[in-house]
Order: sequence, then C-alpha cells, then structure tokens
Amino acid sequence: MKKLLELNGIYKVFNEGSVDEKIALNQVDLSVNNGDFITVIGSNGAGKSTLLNIIAGKLIPDDGEVWIDGKNMTTMPEYKRARFIGRVFQNPLAGTAPTLTIEENLAIAYGRVHPRKLIKGVSNKRREMFKEQLSMLGLGLENRLGAKVGLLSGGERQALSLLMATFTKPKVLLLDEHTAALDPARAEVILRLTKQFIEEYQLTTIMITHNMQQAIDLGNRLIMMNRGSIIFQAKEKEKSELTIPQLMEEFAKINGTVSDRTLLG
Amino acid sequence: MGPTLEKVNVGARSFLWKGVVMSIAIFGSLESGLIYAIMALGVYLTFRILDFPDLTVDGSFVTGAAVCAILIVNGFHPIIATVVAMLAGFVAGLFTGLLHTKGNINPLLSGILMMIALYSINLRIMGRSNVPLLSEETLFTKLSTQFASFDQTLKSMFSFSPRTWTVILSMLLLVIVLKWLLDSFLKTEVGLALRAVGDNVEMIQSFSANTDGLKMIGLGLSNALVALSGALIAQYNGFSDIGMGIGMIIIGLASVIIGEAVVGNKTIIRATLAVIIGAILYRLIVAFALRFNFFETGDLKLITACIVILSLIVPRFLDRKRERKKKLERRKEVLAKKRGEEIA
Repeated sequence: MKKLLELNGIYKVFNEGSVDEKIALNQVDLSVNNGDFITVIGSNGAGKSTLLNIIAGKLIPDDGEVWIDGKNMTTMPEYKRARFIGRVFQNPLAGTAPTLTIEENLAIAYGRVHPRKLIKGVSNKRREMFKEQLSMLGLGLENRLGAKVGLLSGGERQALSLLMATFTKPKVLLLDEHTAALDPARAEVILRLTKQFIEEYQLTTIMITHNMQQAIDLGNRLIMMNRGSIIFQAKEKEKSELTIPQLMEEFAKINGTVSDRTLLG
Repeated sequence: MGPTLEKVNVGARSFLWKGVVMSIAIFGSLESGLIYAIMALGVYLTFRILDFPDLTVDGSFVTGAAVCAILIVNGFHPIIATVVAMLAGFVAGLFTGLLHTKGNINPLLSGILMMIALYSINLRIMGRSNVPLLSEETLFTKLSTQFASFDQTLKSMFSFSPRTWTVILSMLLLVIVLKWLLDSFLKTEVGLALRAVGDNVEMIQSFSANTDGLKMIGLGLSNALVALSGALIAQYNGFSDIGMGIGMIIIGLASVIIGEAVVGNKTIIRATLAVIIGAILYRLIVAFALRFNFFETGDLKLITACIVILSLIVPRFLDRKRERKKKLERRKEVLAKKRGEEIA
C-alpha cells in the first residue's frame, strides 16, 4: 500500500543547553498508510502534541524528515502545508473565527484548497452547499448561517471546527484531544461526528486521546508514546484484542509508574 | 484658484453672512469630516479588522499630502498626483508590515519606527516643511470650475449652502464608493481571510492562509486610504505641511470609537458606516468645542485625547454593567431549571 505520511528519525529538542532542556521527540519513525486511523496515547509531555505540530508544520524538526503524499515537506511553512492537512484542536474556540458568521467561517475553510481570490466568499451556490454540510451535524446550525460564531456554545463550535477541518477532504486529519474540553454528552456527539466524517470522506487520521477505551475502540492502529519515543504499537487484529489492563502493563514496563491522568482515562 | 470659483465663493459668503453663521461650521465640519473619514476607514482596517494599532498613520497621512502637493506644484494633473500619493501610502504600509512580519518587531513599535522614518522622508519629498497650493489647480478647483453652473442651481434652491456644493457632494460620492469597495473587499475570500487574521491567527494559518502576506496587504491598503485622505486635505486646505499628521492616529481612533458607540458595529456594512459618521461627528464636536471662548485652537489635541479616553472607558464600563446583569439573569435561570428538575 502507498505510504501517505512518513516520518523519518524526527528529533526535536526545546530549550537546548538550558536547565529546562527537554527532548520532545527522540528519533521518531512513523509511516502511515492511506486510510489509516491511528489513535495516540501517552502521559503529559510524552511528545504527542509535538508530533502533530511537526506534521502540521507548526514546528520544524531539528533533525529528520516529514514526507506527505510523496513530497518532502520537512521545512514547508505551515500555511502551505495546511492545504493538505485538516486540524481540530483541544480548545473549542481555537478552530473558528468568533466575529465572523457561520457561513463566513465555512467559506474560509472552503478556501483552504485553492489560492484565495477576490471573489465572493459566500456565493449563493456555496451557501446551499454549506447548508447541506451543516445539516449533517444535526445541531440546527444550517438555520443560523448568519449568526456570529462567537455566539455558539463550545460544543457547537467544536462541531463546526470538525466540519470545517474535514469537508474539503484533507489528505491527513489531525485531532489533538478534540473532545477533552467538552462535557461527556457533547464529547459523545463530537466523537460520533468524527467517526461519521472519517468514514464518509475516507480520511487518514491521527487522533490524540487521553481516554484509553476510546483509543482501543477507534481506528485500526494504536501507538503509545513516552518521553519523546513511540514505545508500543498495535495494528488491526492485535489492536482489536487489546484491553486497558494490557495497555497499562505496557506502560508500566517502560515507565515504572503510571501518571494519574492516564489512569483516569 | 480659478476666477469662477472666486466669484462663487464671494457669492456664497455674502449669502452666509446674512444668514446662519453656524452653517459655515456645520458644512465645514461635514466637508473635512468626509475627507477625514477616508483616513478613519484606513484606521478601522488596521485597528479593528487586523487588530493592529498602526501608528504609521501619522507619517503616511503627510506622505500622501507631500507627494500630492509636490506633484501638483511640478505641473502634474491633480488626479495623477492624488493616485500616486495613494500608492506612496500603500508602500509605507507595506514597509510597516515587513518590519512586523519579517523583522518580528511588535506592531506598535513597527508603526512608530515607520512614523519617525517617514518624517524625514516627507521632508525630503517636500524639500521644505511647507508647500503651498493656493495658486495651483487642485482637484477641488477643477471640480468647482467644471460644475460651477450646477453649483449655482443648488445654491438658489437652498436657503443656506456651503462654500461650494461641489466639494461636499464629490467627497460624499467618493466616500460612498470607497465604503462600498471596502465592504465588498472584506466579503471576498481574501477579505474573509484578512478578517480572520485579526480574529484568530492560529485558525486562519491552519486553513492555509499566508498571514504575513495578508497583514502586509491590510497595512498597505489602510495606509493607501490614509495617504489619499492626506492628499485630499492638502488640496482642500491649500497646503501640505510636515506637522499636519500629528495625532492623526488618535483622530482616526476617535472616529472609529465614536461611530461605533453611536451606530454600532454588528456587521461590516454597519461598522464602516459608523466610522464615516464617527469622523463627521468628531469634526462637529471639535467645531462645537472651539466655539467656547475658553478653548484655544492649540487645545485641539487635548480635546481629542479626552474624547478618545472617554469613548474608550465609558463603553467598557457600560458593557461590564450589562454583562453582570446578564450573568445574574442566567444564574437565576439555571437555578430555576435545577429546581424544576428536582421537583420532577
């Protein structure tokens, strides 16, 4: 199968040479097939978010290469790479522009795939398309196209962020604990929508989560990270048979201790 | 100044002295208010849309005036002079953008640096600190000659008139066209991205927008508007002066804030209208304040500063009060709901 995303020997260190020196990623290799859905777990500071930021281009690795869709994108600036990458952040407020309306936000997301021009952002034709997309969320947002996004609730904003990140069918979808800041009911809705969009648009996805059950239930691959390295991987059948105690055991093998946050997951 | 205009002016004046003296102040405020509104639209673009308090304005306003004046003095057509002045403003804005994005200098400092640099550049452009235009053909003398008979007709129709109707109507038309252009631009794909830059930079980067480029475009456009305003003021007042830009940013802010307080800023169309009305209101407030014998012309900047301070503090104070009230109500609602659930 064709490799869609490849990380070769990624190394990233923060505050090098100072007392706060921290190796965020240490020789990380990862290859992702087209259509993979990978869940990533690991304690705080394991390098999960750094990994996503390296893929997205928010951070440039100190060493190693990032290949996406057969192109070396290691040093390509974030905004150029963003054409191929959809992202949803943990903070529900991070993925949308509050003073713009729902339809204007969608127009911005729609403008991701081609260079922006001096044409109307929200044409009548596009508005119809946006309406159709929004109705898939089942939140009634399709009737509030002209409402400012700042007026929406956190859950609604995150659902909109998710739609904006996915409906242009990016090559890679990066989810950074995107349900963690929501209450359980909202998180459930967002998770259901996530599954729905990933299936519908057949998106290659990498999802960070602190919820072990979620990591086991979702996707076809699982990786566990600790101190900047991938310490455990499970694929397809092996993954489907995983249990939480097994994961904890794996984690304890390396670490000796298990952080509270991971236990709570 | 053409002979026709002089005749027109004399006619208008004698009429006005007989009639309402106040109307001079009103029409004067309206005329200059409309011209300064173009500058205020520029300030709105950076201050509100890009969230970038751009102090370049104090310099680029004079750059516009200087370039326009020097070209007119050297025999260029006023329209060409005005357009070139606009381009000069655009370039000045681009440089501020470069300092901020590529040089990683904070927004305020980039603006101040550019403002200081422009002071010397403006002196170079003019060659001296003041370029008079009184004996030159300007956009306004040309327009007044062109529409002299139209002007007379209008004057005979109204009981009190401005110096010339031509200035006021042509500026009104220009401001409306510029407002329409700006409104339309801010609804294009590029315009939406520009608005998102001031709203949520992280987000717009993740949607593949070159934020550095957008900031530079925004600053360029803003300063082009400011320079256009400067060029028109130079032609309107009949001179360009090195000191004419002092405090311009504050006047721009005052216009934006006053306008928003009066008209509101719910939509872009409304916000730009607010800025224009704010600029005119500011001129009226100043004209009114200067009618008190207590104030001298030199107090103008102090009055402006006070207006801005008040219009910055009062709305925030009112907002906080409103917010508290809203929160209390919401709290009551939640409590009532809970009680309802408990009963059920």
